[in-house]
Amino acid sequence: MATTALAPESAHPVLTALRGAIGAVRSALQALSYNRAGMIATWVFIVIVVISFVSPLVIAEPPPDYANIYAAPSAVHPLGTDFQGSDVLAQVLRGGEVVLIVAAVAAFVSVLISITFGALSAYAGGWVDTVITGLADVVLTIPGFPLLAVLAAYLRLSNPIFLALLIAALGWPTLLRAVRSQVLSLKERDYVEAARALDLGTVHVLFREILPNMRAYIAMYFVLSMTGAIYQQVGLYLLGFAPLAGDNWGIMLNLAWYRGAIFFKGSFWYIMAPIIAISVVQLTMVTMTRSLEEAFNPRLRKAG
Amino acid sequence: MGIVALPRGPRTVARPDAGAIVAGVIHNFYVGRLFKAFITIYLVATISFFVVHLMPGSPVEVYIYTLMNQYGVSYATAQNQAAALFSVNVNEPLVQQYVGYLGQLAQGHLGNSLLSPGTSVGSVMLAYMPWTLFSVGVALLISFILGILLGMLMAYRRESVLDHALSFVGSVFNSVPNYIVGILLIVILGIQLNLIDIASMRGSFSPGVKPGVDLHFFLDALMHASLPILTYVLTTVGAWMLTMKSNTSATLDEDYVTVARARGLGDWRIMTSYVGRNAMIPLVAQVAIAAGFAVGGSILIETLFVYQGIGWILNSAIAQRDYTVMQGIFLVITISVVAANLLADLLYGRIDPRVRIQGESGG
Repeated sequence: MATTALAPESAHPVLTALRGAIGAVRSALQALSYNRAGMIATWVFIVIVVISFVSPLVIAEPPPDYANIYAAPSAVHPLGTDFQGSDVLAQVLRGGEVVLIVAAVAAFVSVLISITFGALSAYAGGWVDTVITGLADVVLTIPGFPLLAVLAAYLRLSNPIFLALLIAALGWPTLLRAVRSQVLSLKERDYVEAARALDLGTVHVLFREILPNMRAYIAMYFVLSMTGAIYQQVGLYLLGFAPLAGDNWGIMLNLAWYRGAIFFKGSFWYIMAPIIAISVVQLTMVTMTRSLEEAFNPRLRKAG
Repeated sequence: MGIVALPRGPRTVARPDAGAIVAGVIHNFYVGRLFKAFITIYLVATISFFVVHLMPGSPVEVYIYTLMNQYGVSYATAQNQAAALFSVNVNEPLVQQYVGYLGQLAQGHLGNSLLSPGTSVGSVMLAYMPWTLFSVGVALLISFILGILLGMLMAYRRESVLDHALSFVGSVFNSVPNYIVGILLIVILGIQLNLIDIASMRGSFSPGVKPGVDLHFFLDALMHASLPILTYVLTTVGAWMLTMKSNTSATLDEDYVTVARARGLGDWRIMTSYVGRNAMIPLVAQVAIAAGFAVGGSILIETLFVYQGIGWILNSAIAQRDYTVMQGIFLVITISVVAANLLADLLYGRIDPRVRIQGESGG
């Protein structure tokens, strides 16, 4: 056992966690490559992410042009213009970045909470376990979106990261339960028992022995949390409960709805642009989770 | 009820005596669930109390200063008015206010609206809640039944064109947010194609129609609810379908199904009481989660369609910062979700005795 001689505990926990995250991404991609739909979805998703992050750097904020409001699609404006004559295509290309960042941060934080407290719950047992699982049950039953909407009345949601944290604070219970039950079952396995007998420390046992077995599940859950976060943040923007400033698909949807689509036939592409963008992102992510689920639940895999 | 006492053949079970019932109640699966539901409601009530009272610039404070600035009243007068509206005594220590609030709540008093003085939150609830329950309930029923039937069909015709087509349509509608489906319905059917008159479908019933127990009113209400119902059904049926398909496929591989086939039981019998019943069990618990999600999502859907249910009024309360209505409605939504979950647990315990027994030995 040469590896144990190197004392794996010396690795910083953050480093270990990071390595775990990279491992999760790798095994997720591996799982996705078995499935054609999952593969296509992953590529489309990657393309959207790249476009969303590059566009704000390359494309300038479209200027208002009041002579050209609600213009039909043309060579200059492929998707037409909005209520103040700004180019819709530029907005939709620039509008993905914030939405995706909020979704990723929310998903990351909620996965972090689930893993930490799920593992703690399973390890500690007793009243700690009772309190944590009880709290998870309570948070799970609270209707998340109405709570967010109500909180938006009290809190200033102008900072997207704050919005992400708020979404994460409500999104952890499902994964926590899964982590807890996995850790409970895995910690009785021989190899975990062996690692503990070698006194490798809880951090090592958790991150190197137990969690790597859950990588695909955690990756799947991460993507699932992202879809939830996108649903919630765009919903908040649609109702106008978060400040309507900047380029963002949620804001576009709100403005296109309240300042165009309900009145003008001509603003069809104005409202369709954010709708298609959001729907395609959600569709690719849900397809990815389904493929991941199939990959590690062989019962669902097709016979052929 | 004399008929009940008549012997009904071999299915009649002897009633357990009172002592056994009492003993059963204490270590009961159902009692545990009830307790959990109660704790959830209590916690939500507590959190919403402290959010209102401890936040910097709490609504009570803000209201007091608004009154002082707008009407030039003294601090004491403003404070009294605020106390009456929020049904709390601002001078009392916080703990005492909290106890008072819980007491009021236990009696079903949710306070009064801030913006429409004299209107109790309870009466707001009574006026708007039935519409949401109606639309969400009908939608859930349609979606569940449709999903179960289509899911079983897909499992029985695995790998057919029908299976692939339904899978595709189901997952598309399942992944697209429900408010986007709602917007699409309005934009495409209402504005672009002009097939339906969106304006006349707003509200929960037409202006001239009198609410009552008659067919005319029911049809009118159904017409107004049809777009929200269609949206809920389209966005939830996919999940039912796909889950039912995978459950049915898994059940079809079970040994007891093979045994049933070997025994020569009819296909219909196997499909309904062997496959269907077992494949459906896990879905029953999800009905509650779906109901909760639908009631929660009603704030978006009802706002889009201007359908005057609980979600619509919650949206306008938040937009106008009517804190008492907001808080009360949120509490009621939570209670209804908790109640739905409880109902699912109880039903689940009835359908699948394993859950109940596990709960009893565990608790």
